[in-house]
Amino acid sequence: MSNVNSSRDNIFTRLKANTAASAHVPEVDAWVPAPITDKKERVAKFVELMSAMRTEVHQVKGDEWVAKLQEIMAERGLKNLVYGQGTDISKKLEAAWKGKKDIGPLVPWTQDAEAFRDELFEAGAGITTTMGGIAEAAAMILWPSPEEPRMLSLVPPVHFAVVKADKIWTSFAEAIEALDWSAKSPTNALLISGPSKTADIELILQFGVHGPTDLIVFVVD
Amino acid sequence: MASNAKFNFKKSITDALADKQLRANFKFATDALRGKRLAVLSDPEETLHLRKVGNAIKRKGLTQLPQLLEKLEAKCQENGIIVHWAETTAEANEIVLGIMEKHSGHKVVKGKSMVSEEMHLNKFLEDKGKLPLETDLGEYIIQLNHEPPSHIIVPAVHKNRKQIAQIFADNIPGVSYTEDTTELLAIARGKLREHYRTADIGLSGVNFAIAESGTLCLVENEGNGRMCTTVPPVHVALMGLEKVVEKLEDVPPLYRLLCGSATGQRITTYFNMIKGPRKAGEKDGPKEVHLVILDNGRSKILADTQLRQTLQCIRCGTCLNHCPVYTRIGGHAYGSTYPGPIGEILMPQVEGLDKKGMLPTASSLCNACEEVCPVMIPIPNLIRRLRDESYDMDDDGIVKGHGYKKNRLETMVWKGWKLTQVNATCNKLMLLGVQIFGNMLPKVGPLKAWTSVRTAPKFARQSLKDLAKKEGIRNE
Repeated sequence: MSNVNSSRDNIFTRLKANTAASAHVPEVDAWVPAPITDKKERVAKFVELMSAMRTEVHQVKGDEWVAKLQEIMAERGLKNLVYGQGTDISKKLEAAWKGKKDIGPLVPWTQDAEAFRDELFEAGAGITTTMGGIAEAAAMILWPSPEEPRMLSLVPPVHFAVVKADKIWTSFAEAIEALDWSAKSPTNALLISGPSKTADIELILQFGVHGPTDLIVFVVD
Repeated sequence: MASNAKFNFKKSITDALADKQLRANFKFATDALRGKRLAVLSDPEETLHLRKVGNAIKRKGLTQLPQLLEKLEAKCQENGIIVHWAETTAEANEIVLGIMEKHSGHKVVKGKSMVSEEMHLNKFLEDKGKLPLETDLGEYIIQLNHEPPSHIIVPAVHKNRKQIAQIFADNIPGVSYTEDTTELLAIARGKLREHYRTADIGLSGVNFAIAESGTLCLVENEGNGRMCTTVPPVHVALMGLEKVVEKLEDVPPLYRLLCGSATGQRITTYFNMIKGPRKAGEKDGPKEVHLVILDNGRSKILADTQLRQTLQCIRCGTCLNHCPVYTRIGGHAYGSTYPGPIGEILMPQVEGLDKKGMLPTASSLCNACEEVCPVMIPIPNLIRRLRDESYDMDDDGIVKGHGYKKNRLETMVWKGWKLTQVNATCNKLMLLGVQIFGNMLPKVGPLKAWTSVRTAPKFARQSLKDLAKKEGIRNE
């Protein structure tokens, strides 16, 4: 292997010499999907497009999502639910689970992944908050945090997510601006548009290849 | 696939054309992918606007490449990402191995990366006693069968489900033959989740690298990319140096173009943006993130403003799906990491016309690739340019291996032809010769090859020029 610095230098010497002859760059108007100004329409678009890719979307008012979540947990016999402490939703979860014995228990993620990994890989479901949603492209925005680490939306086979209807924007470009994305985004930021899927065998669409098999979203108004 | 001297393009084309199963598999897949693309990029006006935007972003990026890469490096380092530079694929391989050695790593889980294919990284690591494991389902299938990808987006597209069932049964211990795709998926999921949990290193490609913030963007559907970049303690990202963009605002149009063109999706399941290793207080994510930036001939391609356009490519693979040649012979026949129209212009520039100059001959110049290219690369013109440079009649070629086809006979024939077009006496003699002897030419040599699949034209007794003169049409 040649000297690392000399590789870098050689590459930059060539790059600088070879970009000297600048090519013409045409001026083009930016591409920004037309904003959907009506909130109801925006939410409807989000729900329609998310559902089209096999995401289960439930539109609920206020704290109704907690009861709906427990209902789904019971219905599917999910063995437990991993969540992060100290978030918008954690108090509600903890209160609702108090004394509940007939559904899978709540499991807080409190340790580093190294200590928690094996338990997480065996988990039944995980729940996260979101930064919002994008209607035109149908995706949720997740900014994993110390409370809700990256693997919480990836490893458990069922992912529950809570999206506030007020935080649904028309396009990715709009969300970038509204969230001051460039300045504020964390170590890992994600757009998630559905359950994990593949079409690698005969282009047949199949769900649940590596990540969650089911994505269940509560749109809260 | 390594470019070996023994590679015989003509034979591999003939073999591929004779393989009915292969042709059926490719026809089915590429027809479907074209249809899906149209369903998403359904508004021609908007699609053209998007393509113009994509073209402008990539063009501008290429003119500012050194500045953008310097910024990317500085921002990545600020974010705690360790940046490496590799001039050649051999250097890039050594860098990856060095990182593995430093962590006493043995098992590396890989997300899909065409740059790693370009490096032949798996073979290199296996030779060093390491265990590289492909995790993208398509890549997993072909790795089991010891094959390279046949398509840059859907790597196992040349296999149907029966063939895949057989590959699983033959290569995974304890698995019996099943054509049930749900079962096949469950088998792969079970095996691979265990590997993510226990891997030493996670490896990925990069779709866009944002210079202003030092962010690596990965586009995927399966979740294997997120697994590889999140679960193992070390993440190594590989990128070609043309993948850098200036700012986050450049990403939404390019992302839409990539998804729409590649798989006919508005958006993929996951868009994964990585800005560094695990920070204090965070509970997961790799503790070390490395970015390997590979040149491998790219910085040379920049020099010529026409050829430079090759580097606008975002690797969506839609030119493959629209190519009348690729859809009939498939990816392996090209014997190159990148097949299809983009491979025809990229590979000769990277490896030299003397080694890959036959690739640009596999085109009917129908222009389909140019019409669909999301960043408007004029592929047919670049194919013409490379064909020209293969003969290098005017001795002004710049691509490595230019003039490899140059020979005295053809040079003389074309010089003679030129003479008949500029000199009136020579022109008359030529026309007379063709009228008398044209239809008696013996079908031997190149003429025989040419006429074996075409009807030879009949020369008229009188030239168009003479007829026009007789009709009284004045030559102005």
